Amino acid sequence: MLVYLILSPFAVAVFAAWLLQRHPNRAGILAAWPAVVALVLANELRLTGEGGARLVELPWAPSLGLSLSFNLDGLGLLFATIITTVGALVVLYASRYLAGHPQAGRFYASLFAFMGAMLGVALSDNLLTLFVFWELTGFTSFLLIGFDHERDEARAAAIQALIVTGAGGLALLAAGVLLLDVSGTTSLSAMAANRASIAAHPFYGAIAALVLLAAFTKSAQVPFHFWLPNAMAAPTPVSAYLHSATMVKAGVYLIARMTPALGGTAAWTAAVTAAGAATMLLGAYRSVQETDMKRILAYSTVSALGVLTMLLGIGTREAVVAALVYLVAHAGYKGALFLVAGAIDHETGTRDVTVLGGLRRAMPRTALAGGAAALSMAGLPLTLGFVAKDGAYEALLHGGGWGPWLLAATVLASVLLGLAGLLAGVLPFLGRGRPEDAEVHEPGWPLWVPPFVLAGAGVLAGLVPSLLNGTLSSAAASILGAPVDLRLAVWHGLTPALTLSVLTLAGVVAAYGLRRTIASRTWKPATGTERLYAAGLAGLDRVSRAIGPSLHSASLRSYVMVIVVASILAGGSALVGTRGFAVSVPVTVVGVHELLVLLVILAGALGTIIARSTMAAVLSLGAVGYGVATMFLFFGAPDLAMTQFSVETLTVLIYVLVFRHFRGLGTLSPRLVRLRDAFIAIGIGTLIGGLVLSVATTDTAPRLREYFVEFGPTLGHGRNIVNVILVDFRAFDTLAEITVLATAAIGVRALLRLASDRTEGEPAHLPTSSIFRTAARHLMPLLLLFSIFLLLRGHNEPGGGFVGGLVAAAAFSLYGIAYGLEHARRALLVRPLTLLGAGLLVALASGFPAILRAQPFLTAQWLLDPVAIGTPTLFDVGVYLVVTGVVLMMVFNLAEES
Amino acid sequence: MEVLLAVASGMLYAAGIYLMLRRRLAQLIIGLGLLSNGTNLLIFTAGGLTRARPPVVPDGSDTLVPPYADPVPQALVLTAIVIGFGLLAFSLVLAHRVHAISGSDDVDDVGRAG
Repeated sequence: MLVYLILSPFAVAVFAAWLLQRHPNRAGILAAWPAVVALVLANELRLTGEGGARLVELPWAPSLGLSLSFNLDGLGLLFATIITTVGALVVLYASRYLAGHPQAGRFYASLFAFMGAMLGVALSDNLLTLFVFWELTGFTSFLLIGFDHERDEARAAAIQALIVTGAGGLALLAAGVLLLDVSGTTSLSAMAANRASIAAHPFYGAIAALVLLAAFTKSAQVPFHFWLPNAMAAPTPVSAYLHSATMVKAGVYLIARMTPALGGTAAWTAAVTAAGAATMLLGAYRSVQETDMKRILAYSTVSALGVLTMLLGIGTREAVVAALVYLVAHAGYKGALFLVAGAIDHETGTRDVTVLGGLRRAMPRTALAGGAAALSMAGLPLTLGFVAKDGAYEALLHGGGWGPWLLAATVLASVLLGLAGLLAGVLPFLGRGRPEDAEVHEPGWPLWVPPFVLAGAGVLAGLVPSLLNGTLSSAAASILGAPVDLRLAVWHGLTPALTLSVLTLAGVVAAYGLRRTIASRTWKPATGTERLYAAGLAGLDRVSRAIGPSLHSASLRSYVMVIVVASILAGGSALVGTRGFAVSVPVTVVGVHELLVLLVILAGALGTIIARSTMAAVLSLGAVGYGVATMFLFFGAPDLAMTQFSVETLTVLIYVLVFRHFRGLGTLSPRLVRLRDAFIAIGIGTLIGGLVLSVATTDTAPRLREYFVEFGPTLGHGRNIVNVILVDFRAFDTLAEITVLATAAIGVRALLRLASDRTEGEPAHLPTSSIFRTAARHLMPLLLLFSIFLLLRGHNEPGGGFVGGLVAAAAFSLYGIAYGLEHARRALLVRPLTLLGAGLLVALASGFPAILRAQPFLTAQWLLDPVAIGTPTLFDVGVYLVVTGVVLMMVFNLAEES
Repeated sequence: MEVLLAVASGMLYAAGIYLMLRRRLAQLIIGLGLLSNGTNLLIFTAGGLTRARPPVVPDGSDTLVPPYADPVPQALVLTAIVIGFGLLAFSLVLAHRVHAISGSDDVDDVGRAG
């Protein structure tokens, strides 16, 4: 049940697209669903505090070890609750922010798909499933950043985010494959259980590096941080949701999730801590230099992600707990500040903090939300931001080693982050406003309630931090692998950390006074790694421009030649190198009649080459086909022979219909080219001959054939084993094959209809004699009867739906040749397309009785009394109808194309 | 006999590829047809040859006494024959459309025009 709840946002995504089409103003009700999911998940989270993790599973591809298994532990559920809670608020907000947008349906569909993917990331216990959801978050993020796709800037930012995080996703996949190899499992909880063997393995370094690459790109750590500020091209609800509260934290989450399996080593600790500290400083420094509210917030988010990464890197109990408190606090105040920025932008049309001011009178509720969030970000006591920062200082004070340096860096970053919070959340509301903002007023409630709720929650949790004890204890326990009993409090006594907090606040106040100097007088780094990224892309472009034209010559013949020559070289070396031609089974002796047929085949093949008219070539090809069919007959394959004979007849008919239009086959290539091609052709011929010989003369295990022969009559209730395989044992394959056939036929029809501006000219008139007509009239019903006979006996004697369908089609084609197309169409009663569709439906329907009896799709169900009749019989009828429809569709359409 | 059928599939491949390397559209399609036949013969022969003993359990009996032809490659080839037909028809029509639009049956002309 919970599995479906976790996957439900995907269904809501589809519903949202529909809803917005019909009722563009009802988007707000969509917020109800994530709210419900959030409540359920929060309740689960409460229960885990007492009972520990539990696994829910839905098999996906069990044979690949792939299942949708979700691990409902404290860490995952904490994330999932944040995702759905913020999600509900953001949807509510967007219902007003994007009201009347013509493409809002696309927005909500992408947003809910993202929500589903994010829940999958947070709760997956299977590394491969985690990867799929991980990539899906990147993809939906791409769609959302580029939502405004008519702006160049939005498109470029979307592509940049996709490339950077997508590259990280590939690293995650590689890490997953290595981990699967090392630990023999895809289950994350099972990996954590045998961490010792993973850490000792020679692949450990590579795995850790790849996982961290994935995490750092997703969470915008230095040097991959540049995509996040650019992603601000997205609509503000997206920035608030994806790029502050949820998706960018997926990298942090991955680090936390993999810590039990990979963490604890010196290299891991050093790499994660260093990257985090560097990101923290850089992000904080850059944030106070920006003037656009969203970019200020984006850089401060980069910095906060750095803090989280650094704390997880240190990895002590205190550090992990501090990281979790920080995570929750940040989701609250940063989400709120983004939403406030969006509301201001929505009302005034600008986000530039240097021109905005005095909005507290016009937008008092928004101002209250912004102020509360900014103060939490600055770490004022009685806010959750204070508890978080206090915890971080406390953890660093006991960090040892690099502790003092990291502590100093964190205090500096906190001062700058506090300033950034005030710049974005307080400054626009103070002072004097612009004259053009005189008409500005409070936005509608959907725009101020969500930030108000987020900021208010931060204050509430700051006043009574013990509310979070249970939740965060169980989340910390999932990372540390040991029970944690957390006791958060507002007042810890006069600790060194408190002194530092006070110092920080003083710093924030001072920095606020000096804000103009800080913004303008500080050194602004050039784009740095972003320039590297751009240069790398430009380099790739140059390389493909240089090698592209020579590889993509738009000449079919050279493609064929490359493929064939490569096959000769690769296949030939493998064939010669490994087995040779040791003859290990007795060779069948040659009969004279077989030799004759063989000569016919060879003569036919030669004929196709030397033929100078299309008709001669077609007839030669026909000779080859009939020869091969006869060969099948000689070697115990009557089914194949019958099918091949019918197909060959119809093929010749179709060739004749089309080749009427072509000229002769006079040679176009010079002698030297022909010589080269002949050389290549002989090469591939030799290779194939050698391959056949090498396989045919090797004794293979007869297991498969014995299985089918033994169980064909008993389980399959049929004595023609080939047919039993097709309609019962491997019916799923056959279903796919008739679908391919149907697609080909529809393709033929579409290709011919494409040029339907052609006049409905008179159908091809084929000269017929009255003897032929009389014969055809009597033959057609006989052939039809025969085809049904073939279909019905197919399960026990040579025959079946394929050959039956071919014969039926031949009957109608014959009639068409004798009496013209219109008569044949009328004789068929229904259109070939209908026949084809009905056949597919019948074949599909024959698979469902099994499902009713809780067996896999297409499992045969039999009724043995009074005659053996079962779903495979029905399936074969479907095949019969599809084949008849397909062939007639092709023949009729081609014949019409006069 | 295995040797001879191996030679036959090799010949069909050789002729098929040779035709696919020609410039006429019609020859391309005929080559495809030869290739399809060659592949069917390849799978059939590679599965092992048994003379005149189809994998059909006689009426009134529950088992099939060896030797009998292997039904597995036969099942593979049977669908391959029909799919090959679909493929051939589709490429024929494609060639026909290309011919009708470009007015040429020279593959190289078509490539240049596109």
